[in-house]
Amino acid sequence: MVAQNATLRSKEEIKENLRKPEVITGSEILLRSLVLEDVECVFGYPGGAVLYIYDAMHGFSDFKHLLTRHEQGAIHAADGYARASGKVGVCIATSGPGATNLVTGIATAYMDSVPLVVITGNVATTLIGTDAFQEADITGITMPITKHSYLVRKAADLPRIIHEAFHIANTGRKGPVLIDIPKDVSAELTLFEPVTEVSIRGYNPTVQPNKLQVDKMLKAISEAERPIVLAGGGVVYSGGHEELHEFIIKSGIPITTTLLGLGAFPSGEDLWLGMPGMHGTYTANMSIQSADLLINIGARFDDRVTGKLAGFAPHAKIVHIDIDPAEIGKNVPTDIPIVGDVKTVLQLANKDVKYAAKADAWRAQIAASKLEKPFKYQDSDEELKPQWVIEMLYEESKGEAIVTTDVGQHQMWAAQYYKFNKPRSWVTSGGLGTMGFGFPSAIGAQMANPDRLVISINGDGGMQMCAQELAICAINNIPVKVVIINNQVLGMVRQWQELIYDNRYSHIDLSGSPDFVKLADAYGVRGFRASTKEEARAAWIEAMNHPGPAVVEFVVRKHENVYPMVTQGSTIDQMIMGDAE
Amino acid sequence: MKRHTIAVIVNDQPGVLQRVSGLFGRRGFNIESITVGTSEEAGLSRMVIVTTGDDKTLEQVIKQLYKLIDVIKVVDLSANPMVGRELALIKVNAEPAARPEIMGVVETFRAAVVDIGTHSLMVQVVGDTEKIDAMVELMKPYGIRELSRTGVTAMIRGNAK
Ligand SMILES: Cc1ncc(C[n+]2csc(CCOP(=O)(O)OP(=O)(O)O)c2C)c(N)n1
Repeated sequence: MVAQNATLRSKEEIKENLRKPEVITGSEILLRSLVLEDVECVFGYPGGAVLYIYDAMHGFSDFKHLLTRHEQGAIHAADGYARASGKVGVCIATSGPGATNLVTGIATAYMDSVPLVVITGNVATTLIGTDAFQEADITGITMPITKHSYLVRKAADLPRIIHEAFHIANTGRKGPVLIDIPKDVSAELTLFEPVTEVSIRGYNPTVQPNKLQVDKMLKAISEAERPIVLAGGGVVYSGGHEELHEFIIKSGIPITTTLLGLGAFPSGEDLWLGMPGMHGTYTANMSIQSADLLINIGARFDDRVTGKLAGFAPHAKIVHIDIDPAEIGKNVPTDIPIVGDVKTVLQLANKDVKYAAKADAWRAQIAASKLEKPFKYQDSDEELKPQWVIEMLYEESKGEAIVTTDVGQHQMWAAQYYKFNKPRSWVTSGGLGTMGFGFPSAIGAQMANPDRLVISINGDGGMQMCAQELAICAINNIPVKVVIINNQVLGMVRQWQELIYDNRYSHIDLSGSPDFVKLADAYGVRGFRASTKEEARAAWIEAMNHPGPAVVEFVVRKHENVYPMVTQGSTIDQMIMGDAE
Repeated sequence: MKRHTIAVIVNDQPGVLQRVSGLFGRRGFNIESITVGTSEEAGLSRMVIVTTGDDKTLEQVIKQLYKLIDVIKVVDLSANPMVGRELALIKVNAEPAARPEIMGVVETFRAAVVDIGTHSLMVQVVGDTEKIDAMVELMKPYGIRELSRTGVTAMIRGNAK
């Protein structure tokens, strides 16, 4: 306790010092403002246009700066930090190529509503628009994929802009905010006066819901015979998981959580049906299709969840709770719209919600279906099965880890076979499906949670999109456990080519991949390889107990498919159940 | 497909027009015309956008516009009795012999001749879109050399704001 108070005080002391009005450069204003926003860790990469900023960071220790090996690594790390902590992730890149290297990461965060403040340098204001060396109109390029952006014209605006940017990023529907700082602005001397208030006319997210709408939902619950809750990432982002739990227990409504909603509800509980959609559970999909009431809580009816929209939840009255009014009615016509913060809405609802008494038969039917149709695969003692590997990781880590994934089959198996009981333990690129995200996002997640086990699950394809960040783990001793599910192909593409393109395997062979153990070794990271169950468990246990970073390559069966699968254009009850059936 | 006229009050910031028009393009909303100018309040601009689509599309347009931080207010003008005006300049072939006839049309439309060349006249006409369309049709037989329309600006009638 004493130690904790001491650190608290010293942090406040630092801040007290930084709040003093003083004539300083734009760069120093930036650093001070970041500390005043409680930033502890920044991921970045220097270059000409941010040299003043990096100069100001020389010897600066009030936050940590991690030098990644690629700007894409920096922004995905900032994203992972934000998803795992609930705080705003911050990254810095130089102008032109540095800034454009961030684009994929900005789009990734935008699609999944992740709060980021992205700082880019730009050429001097006098050169903007002249096609100067390393000039790119990054605010223009990123307009469709940011929540808001600023091109800073003078250093005196920086304190306000930075404070606004953090506010915008982490309120309402969260998202990335870009601040583009021309080189002369970062050098400009001006009087720094900290800003503590925000008032942005035209930006007032609706937090409190309309009580009448909430009452309508409660009435619908009391009348429903086949109600279901579809919960998404919005629950995690609003911090409303406990309220959700109370709501489900009180109402007795079965719940399915989307890919980004995994962890928003404890997976072990009876009323949880698993994930819906393209690779969702039989029970979740069938229940949605026969429900008479569907309550969407903080999910956006993505097409990977709904399948063919025209046939989605055909019998259900739709309630949609979302902080972003534009989501309501965007894809699915809504009977009861509730605009508001998920946590606040559920707090209000929990006061009066009654047990859905007419739904007893429904609950029994669902419980039976869950028993009858869980995720299944055919295990083998000859070849290592990827699903088995995920189950083993789950067992050995006791379900306590933060898991990040890349994109592909391994991502879906991780979602299916690792079970999540806590929010912010699952970090994955849902909306954009960004390969290369899995490993650097784990670095961010580990920075936010130094004491937790962080497992990064990747395919052999995606791992090669950001493998260079192994250097960061080695140098800073960031103990991420990197798992590579090596099936020697671009697995998810192979699966589609098999099932939808008539076994015409076009350009999916990953021959020529590096020896991942040697690659790890080259960066100074412990590497392991396993091809049998015994090797796999032993290697994993050793890696987990190793105090530093480790790479564990699991060589698995090449032709394994993710099931169930709903192909595009089908309704979600048209599932291909696969091998185990 | 209905035609809708909306007013968008925005912060007078560099890039705002790009944010708004970019949003329309990206989300597949149609822009028939867009005008921007100052408003009654310093620091705020008023855009008037004419768009086509069903009511559901219009609802999405308005909701998506509100997501832009620089958008202060969106008003569906065409849901109310409104005054919508457009200005057009039409440069039309006009040999001296044809001029009296053209002047006749100009007068009927309460338009004005604002420039006279040796072989041409420049006609200025103000009115709602239909009126401008009609005027353009009537000028076509003489041979339109150049045409420039401003797009619609509009307000709700009466005391409503
Ligand atoms: C940046 C990027 N490029 C391409 C894709 C398309 N894509 C989706 S899954 C996939 C295959 C991934 O293969 P691998 O990383 O080996 O994982 P696996 O599916 O085998 O588990 C590809 C190419 C993508 N999602 N992201």
